[in-house]
Amino acid sequence: MTSDIENTLRSFISRFMRGHELKDDEDIFASGFVNSMFAMQLVQFIEHQFGFEIETEDLELDNFRSIEAMTRFIEQKKSLPVST
Amino acid sequence: MRIELTTEQQENQAAFRAFVNREIVPYADSWDREERTPPEVISQLARTGYLGALIPVESGGKGFDMISYGLLNEEIGRGCSSLRNLLTVHCMVSQAILKWGTKNQRNYWLPKLAAGEAIAAFGLTEPNVGSDAKSLEATANLSGDSYILNGQKVWTTYGQVANLFLVFAQCEGRPTAFLVERDSPGFTVKPITGMLGVRASMLAELFMNDCRIPKDNLVGRVGLGVSHVSSYALDYGRYSVAWGCVGIGQACLEACLQYASERKQFGVYLNEHQLIQQMLTEMITNLDAARLLCFQAGYLKDIGDPRSIMETTIAKYFASTMVTKVANDAVQIHGANGCSSKYRVQRYLRDSKIMEIVEGSTQIQQMTIARYAYQYFTPVREPAPTR
Repeated sequence: MTSDIENTLRSFISRFMRGHELKDDEDIFASGFVNSMFAMQLVQFIEHQFGFEIETEDLELDNFRSIEAMTRFIEQKKSLPVST
Repeated sequence: MRIELTTEQQENQAAFRAFVNREIVPYADSWDREERTPPEVISQLARTGYLGALIPVESGGKGFDMISYGLLNEEIGRGCSSLRNLLTVHCMVSQAILKWGTKNQRNYWLPKLAAGEAIAAFGLTEPNVGSDAKSLEATANLSGDSYILNGQKVWTTYGQVANLFLVFAQCEGRPTAFLVERDSPGFTVKPITGMLGVRASMLAELFMNDCRIPKDNLVGRVGLGVSHVSSYALDYGRYSVAWGCVGIGQACLEACLQYASERKQFGVYLNEHQLIQQMLTEMITNLDAARLLCFQAGYLKDIGDPRSIMETTIAKYFASTMVTKVANDAVQIHGANGCSSKYRVQRYLRDSKIMEIVEGSTQIQQMTIARYAYQYFTPVREPAPTR
């Protein structure tokens, strides 16, 4: 079943891939659709939408490769206690 | 919707304006002529705490909101674009460390940067690499507990006096960010003079010949130097420059309003000539529009909205192209006097042109903004014509 997180991510990322049906497990960085401004917009979008900070330790490509990967990452971050 | 400053922002603005009128405006022309910013001026700026404008209070900074930070850039930009440049690059590096630095980097550098005990510079551009940042030629190789850097940087703002450089180099074939201290072995600085504008910005070339830095000076991760570290810093840089352009524009307007009310031609003051009024009107209207775009970008930044990145690009594009025209008209209104070093408008014109080149040229912004349109607006297909 598609989660709210997946839908939210697809809605945002699809803006960068007009005319392309993005699959949940598709590698967005291998797709060739994303431009150089995308990475920071994606970071800000996730932080703004899901209410946590993305830090250097989080910048594993495996956390951002696909909608599925980002969903796992977001669910994991949201389940962690807020660090001080 | 309300577009008005909070009481705190108004108080900040009044303090910025008073500082700039007292400490910067009377001296900026001489700094421009001498092509240097006196060290006591940088110390004075440090004492105000403005170099730590965006650094959190707990790290010794002012922790300003983005609107207050914008107003600070406008006011300092109104007085001296070179000094505003210092604020720009210093805050770009501070922000990069705050966002992507390690805990040790943050704990060590942020209090020093906030207090102005260390001045930061941004080393991205190279002799062969400008807008195409991913094609950097400088290299970094891991050797034991150190990185060895080789390569050259150019047009580094305040490189002549900075103690800390955020330098970008290819590591394992991918763009990566590093902190390089001025006294690192193999690191040398050569002053650049004779620039068209922002002449007090103390530009420098940076040379790294087997420059050895600690392994811990890596910022972010290998390969994320351009996509994350420099992109993040440059977003703040563009925001600062956009507001700086509003500051130059405001200075032009104020100079023109005064001049046009004092000088007579054909028996009446210049401000009674309709073609002068037209130039003043264009100036006021475009300046208002640029300021509103900056407010919008600042508001989106304050609430963490991802649209802030592109709206900042739009604000920088509009404000920098606007101010070139405004400064050009300001010189035109001043006539031959405007071409003379006795009047500030000639400095404003020279400085404004630089704003169209730094932190992403006008042409790069145009390409970026046009692509952005397809992210946020869905083209509406026209129905096929019926026969």
